[in-house]
Amino acid sequence: MSGGRPTVRLGHLYPDHLNIYADRGNIAVFRRRLEWRGMALEVTEVGLGDEMPEDCNLYYLGGGQDRDQWLVAEDLAAKADSLRRAADSGAVVLAVCGGYQLMGHSYTAADGKRMPGTGLLDLETAASRDRLIGDVVLTVDLDGRASTVVGYENHAGRTRLGSGCAPLGRVEKGHGNNGEDGFEGAVSGRRIGTYLHGPLLPKNPWLADVLLRWALDHAGAAVELEPLDDALEHEAHAVATKRAGLKR
Amino acid sequence: MKHPSLPLRPAASAARTAGRLSRLLGRGGGTTLPGLLLNRLRPQATAELARAVPDGVILLSGTNGKTTTARLIRAALDASGAQVAANTAGSNLQRGVATALLDAEAPDIALFEVDEAVLPNLVEQTRPRVVVLMNLFRDQLDRYGELEHLAHRWRSMIADLEPGTTLVYNADDPALAEIAADHPDSVAYGIEDPRQGREALPHAADNTDCRRCGSPLQYQMITIGHLGQWACPSCGLTRPQPDVKAVNVELNGMDGQQMAVAGPSGRLEISLLLPGLPNTYNAVAAVATALAVGVAPATISGALAERGAAFGRAEHIDVGTRRVTTLLAKNPAGANENIRMVLNDNRPLHLLLLLNDRTADGQDVSWIWDVDYELLLEGDRPASLTLGGTRAHDLALRFRYATGGPADFSVVPEPAAAFDAALAACGPDGRVYVLPTYTAMLDLRRVLADRGLVPEFWEDE
Repeated sequence: MSGGRPTVRLGHLYPDHLNIYADRGNIAVFRRRLEWRGMALEVTEVGLGDEMPEDCNLYYLGGGQDRDQWLVAEDLAAKADSLRRAADSGAVVLAVCGGYQLMGHSYTAADGKRMPGTGLLDLETAASRDRLIGDVVLTVDLDGRASTVVGYENHAGRTRLGSGCAPLGRVEKGHGNNGEDGFEGAVSGRRIGTYLHGPLLPKNPWLADVLLRWALDHAGAAVELEPLDDALEHEAHAVATKRAGLKR
Repeated sequence: MKHPSLPLRPAASAARTAGRLSRLLGRGGGTTLPGLLLNRLRPQATAELARAVPDGVILLSGTNGKTTTARLIRAALDASGAQVAANTAGSNLQRGVATALLDAEAPDIALFEVDEAVLPNLVEQTRPRVVVLMNLFRDQLDRYGELEHLAHRWRSMIADLEPGTTLVYNADDPALAEIAADHPDSVAYGIEDPRQGREALPHAADNTDCRRCGSPLQYQMITIGHLGQWACPSCGLTRPQPDVKAVNVELNGMDGQQMAVAGPSGRLEISLLLPGLPNTYNAVAAVATALAVGVAPATISGALAERGAAFGRAEHIDVGTRRVTTLLAKNPAGANENIRMVLNDNRPLHLLLLLNDRTADGQDVSWIWDVDYELLLEGDRPASLTLGGTRAHDLALRFRYATGGPADFSVVPEPAAAFDAALAACGPDGRVYVLPTYTAMLDLRRVLADRGLVPEFWEDE
């Protein structure tokens, strides 16, 4: 299919159930930013009951309603070893919102019921009564570069990190992991979890490019990512930053 | 902070006077202020006024179609000769309902379209005669939270309904059917015309797993989003047989439609000025509701035939030799239907998309990524695409990543300038379709009113 072009194989986990915050926008960004550079994205959708491929370079897990997240959690826990093997081999994992919670050890609902996680990130989440909702601006230091990341958060879960991972960024505006410690998201190697949607990547193209560079490296393609004309992305990023700033 | 509650009569009279003053001073609207004040002066006044309406209160809610359906029901009630209290031109929150009750002169019956989140509270206050539940689509997650949560609240609301309350609900929506079907006095409505079915569920479809057992539902026919003729192959939960249903639906592009509505009182031929399948649902809901409160079938069909669009909802405005048609949408299901409608027009397609992020629009604009805008880009369409509103640049990214090719659109955030750009692009005899979110529609309305093309907002009714 890709005819010898450098290709990233993406495992899109549970697209039918975890898609609530426009997750397909993140996939579109991966695809286009590769295509614009003469490369390709190959997507394998992994649903309930499907086998987890271990040969992808990049895995994506989006957000879902509570009901869908419960449906997915058991299924995913059974496949966690496959996902862990892929991640240990250097594949990239990006998990957003509900998917982020599933990357931790477990999620405890408001009624005390526990949902299993994959444990790929050393974190725990417990639901609270109030949802943390609104625009978010982070400062993120990743892959040797510091930059701002904008997005929108909407979650009842309060996430606390263990010692096995670091926060993705510092909260400049918004609530973040738990509304208390001033941090958002989690990073461990090439595994990244965050509550930010919007979707995340269109307004933060440099972050998309970091993930793509890692994924291409895992795919064994030693290529440079040439810069793209991101004028619209930067404009939208600026609008979102200004809006978040005006809210307080 | 604590005021002693005033007696009803002086409280109502003070609130009415405030509304009149506000209008006189040109402070706009007047559809919320009296109600706000009334609730302040006497919190129980809404309940008292509502329960005093002799033929009862109709409350109607759902994600999409509330305003249009309320207008259709209103037309039928007016035609029956009833004096109606309604918030058809105003706010669908508590304050709008209170204002409408204040404004009505000795009403026989009351009809209120109500925000989904506010409905349970207003049901408790007004003890309605009829509750109409239309649909639950993925909507403004920042405001309403997840669908699940709303469905859960509606479930308890239905469980607490008085037995004499008639529940009119959309049987084609599995989320509603499952929570509504057990109410003793219910009327199910739906569409049964296989020609209006679609091949696949859209990307943004929710509620496609069985509410009882979690298995994926099977559809014999899909109409809009997750609506259609559904059944669970696993536990056997099935769409209830509609008591009132649209059969033989003939859609005539943007010009309207004809349908036959089959119900307990026989078959009713309905001719509608409103286009598209969403309005088929709105019309069936209106027929079912009007029948439930005893309006004669012939009166209903006569009234519906004459009712035009609510402003912003498939509303046409002539600007010199150009025609501007506005199709409001603030969630993926609504936007997808509007896209289908404009694609039915074979003339050169000039589009103006306006995206705002105020409270009434949803502050979280990520929903535009769930809309199937890709359909607009098939086969070399549109002829021009102008993107405006406070989040015009988010739309720009949506289209940049949809096309993959060079950016073939103009980004003009400011509404008047965006409108002018779209008019200029369409040529002297062209037609512009405007697809705005709610407050973007109001912004555009202000531009048009300033130019004398439409009357001021509160004069609409």
